[in-house]
Amino acid sequence: MTDRKLRILVAKPGLDGHDRGAKIIARALRDAGMEVIYTGLHQTPEMIVNAAVQEDVDAIGLSIMSGAHMTLFPAVLDLLKEQKAADIEVFGGGIIPDDDIPRLKQLGVSEIFTPGSSTQDIVQWIRQHIQPRA
Amino acid sequence: MAPKRRSPKKLRLVKSPRTARTATKAAPRKPAAAEGKKRRPALRTYDAATARRVGAEQKAWEQGEVAKSLARAPARRTEFVSDSGIPLPTVVTPADRAREDAGSLGLPGQFPYTRGVQPTMYRGRLWTMRMFAGFGSPADTNQRFKYLMAHGVTGLSTAFDMPALMGYDADHSMSRGEVGKEGVAISSLRDFEILFDGIPLDQVTTSMTINASAIVALCMYIAVAEKQGVPMEKLGGTIQNDMLKEYIAQKEWIVPPRPAVRIVVDMIDFCSRKMPRWHPVSISGYHIREAGATAVQELAFTLADGIGYVEECVKRGMAVDDFAARLSFFWDVHNDFFEEIAKFRAARRIWARVMRDRFGARDPRSWQLRTHAQTAGVSLTAQQPYNNVVRTALQGLAAVLGGTQSLHTNSLDETYALPTEESVTLALRTQQLIAHESGVDRVVDPLGGSYYVEYLTDEMERRALEYIRRIDEMGGIIRAVEEGFPQKEIGESAYRYQREVEQGERLIVGVNAFQSDREEPIQILKIDDSVAEDQEALLKKVKVERNAKAVSAALAKVEAACRGTDNLMPPVLEAVKAYATLGEISDVFRKVWGQYREGGIF
Repeated sequence: MTDRKLRILVAKPGLDGHDRGAKIIARALRDAGMEVIYTGLHQTPEMIVNAAVQEDVDAIGLSIMSGAHMTLFPAVLDLLKEQKAADIEVFGGGIIPDDDIPRLKQLGVSEIFTPGSSTQDIVQWIRQHIQPRA
Repeated sequence: MAPKRRSPKKLRLVKSPRTARTATKAAPRKPAAAEGKKRRPALRTYDAATARRVGAEQKAWEQGEVAKSLARAPARRTEFVSDSGIPLPTVVTPADRAREDAGSLGLPGQFPYTRGVQPTMYRGRLWTMRMFAGFGSPADTNQRFKYLMAHGVTGLSTAFDMPALMGYDADHSMSRGEVGKEGVAISSLRDFEILFDGIPLDQVTTSMTINASAIVALCMYIAVAEKQGVPMEKLGGTIQNDMLKEYIAQKEWIVPPRPAVRIVVDMIDFCSRKMPRWHPVSISGYHIREAGATAVQELAFTLADGIGYVEECVKRGMAVDDFAARLSFFWDVHNDFFEEIAKFRAARRIWARVMRDRFGARDPRSWQLRTHAQTAGVSLTAQQPYNNVVRTALQGLAAVLGGTQSLHTNSLDETYALPTEESVTLALRTQQLIAHESGVDRVVDPLGGSYYVEYLTDEMERRALEYIRRIDEMGGIIRAVEEGFPQKEIGESAYRYQREVEQGERLIVGVNAFQSDREEPIQILKIDDSVAEDQEALLKKVKVERNAKAVSAALAKVEAACRGTDNLMPPVLEAVKAYATLGEISDVFRKVWGQYREGGIF
C-alpha cells in the first residue's frame, strides 16, 4: 500500500479528436482517488513524454481511435527510453484491433483496454499493476 | 436579458438575436402562433368531451386493471424514461393529448413540416442511400465509390483522413501514422482528380465530410468538375463545413471559432450566388450526439448552431431567403426508436418556426429542414459484432420513419476498423430492405397522430427550446461555445451514460448482458503504411511539376483575403488550381489566425 496518490497522465496523441472516452476515464480515475492530468487533444509524442516527465507521473494512458496506434505507442515508448523515464508505464485503449495487441505488448505497452472495458476494470488494473515511481 | 414581447402587428426582418418563444411553464399548451400573423385558432385534434370521457376511463383503468397487474407483479422499473430522460407514461391516450393542435402538425410539405418536408416523401422519391466511404489512397476510395454505385448507392459520401481534416499534408510530422487511416488521404488537387476519376460530377451528388479545411475540399471538387467540363452551378452535393460543432464535439479545427465561422459564412455566401444546387453546410447533430449528448441536447445544440449561422449570414448583410434554402442538417439515429423519430419531427417544426418567425424568411423553402442521417456509431459494440447489424437496421428504420432525406447505415465491423466491402454491402442492403420490403415507404409520416409519438415530439420540442432560450440568454451559440457550455453538458451526459452502463441500469447486449465466450472473428480492413509512402511520393511529384511562382502568388492572395473581407472562395480556388496543397493553404490560415488549441479540461 502506498502513501501517496498515483499520478496518471491521460493523453490524446495524434490528430484524433474523439475525447469522450479519455475524459470519462480521466474523471473515473480522479473519482477513484488518483491524481490525473489530462493533456487535451492533438498532442505529439514529444509533448506527451515531456508532460509525463515534468508532472512526474507513474503511468501514461493513451487514447487512440484513429488507427495510428502502431506509430504513436512506439513513439511514446521510445521517447520515454530516451529520457531515461522508461519506468513510466504506458497503457491505453481505443480502436485497437485484437491482432495488434500482442505486438504492442512486445514493444512495452503494459495493457490495452478495448471497447466495452469498464472504468472500474481500468481502475482495478491500475491499482494492481502501477506502482508509484521511486 | 429577458425576452421582449413583440407587438403582434409588426413583422420585420430580424437584425439582432431575439429569444424564441418557448412553451415551457405549464404542461402542454398551444404552441405560440406566428409573430405578426393573426393568431390561428387551435385546431383541436380531439374533441374536448371525448377527451374527458377517455380521461375518466383512463383513471378507472389505472386504479383497476393496472393496479391489479402491479399488485400481482411489480413493473420492471420504478419509472420508465426515454434515453434523454423524458418521463414515459404506461400508455398515452387522447385524454393526454386533449390540447393537441392539429395545425402544429399540418400536412407533409406544409408549414411547420412536422410530418415531412415534401408532400409525398418516399412515394415521390426514396431517401438517398448515401454510404460514407473513404480510406487509403484516392485510388482505393475511387474503387470503393464505384463499387458502392454498382451496388445501389444513390449518392456519394466522402470520408477524409485525419491529416486532411486537420489541414496537414501527408508529409507533415503531425500526419505520422495517420495517412489514409480514417479516410482518404488528400493533399493536393491531383489526389482529388484520382478520387473522382471516371465519376461524372454532373450526374452524381457528393457529400464531403470535412470541416476545418472544407473550403479547400470544395474548391478542389469544383476544380475537378471544371476539368470534366461541368460548371460549378451544375454541381449537387453537400459539404459538412459546420465548424461550431467541431468546437463542441468533433474537435477538428485549424483556427479559432470566430475566423472559422467567417470561412463558413464566406462559403454559404459564395454558394448562394454561384452554386444553387449545393448545400454549403450540413448543420450536424451526429457528432454532438456521439460525443455523449442526449437526443434533446443534440436537437437543441444543433438548432442553436443553425440559428448562429443564420445570424452570422444576416449580420454579413445577406438576405435570409438568399441562402436559407440551401442549409441542410445531419442527425444521429440512436437506439431509442420512438425518441429518434420524434426528434426528427420536432426538429422540422422548431426550424420552420425559427426561420419564418424569428428570421422573417418568406420563401417556404427557407423554412424546410432537410436532413441526412447516420445510424449511431457509438452504439456499436466490439463484442458480438453481428448484433450491430440488428442495431443498425432498427436505427435505419427510425430514420426513415422520422422522414430523413438521406441515410448512411453503419457496418458491423466499425468498432474495429473502416468497413470491408462485405460489411458495407450488408449495411447498404439494410437500407434497400427497409425501402423495398418493409412497406414503411408507402404512406407519408406513418406514425403521425400516434398519441405517443406526438407526445414525444412535443416534449422534445419543449425541452430543446428551453436550451435554445438559455443559449440566447448567454449571447448566442458562439459565446456559449467559447464559454464551454455545450461541451460541459455533453461531458456530463457522457459520464452519466457510462455510469448507467457500469451500474447495470442500462443494458448493452453482449457487453454487460448476454455476454458470450464464443469468439466471432471477423475480417477487418487494414490500411498499409505504404499508403503514406505513396502519398508522400505523389506530393513530391506534384510540387516539382507545379509552377512555384504561381503557387506563391496564389497563396499571397489567400492571405490578403484572410486579412481583409473579400470572400475566400475565389482565391482558394485559384490556389487549388495552381496545385497549392491543402496543408499550404491551411498554413496560411494558421499564419493569419493562429492554430487553435483546446485545454485539458475533463
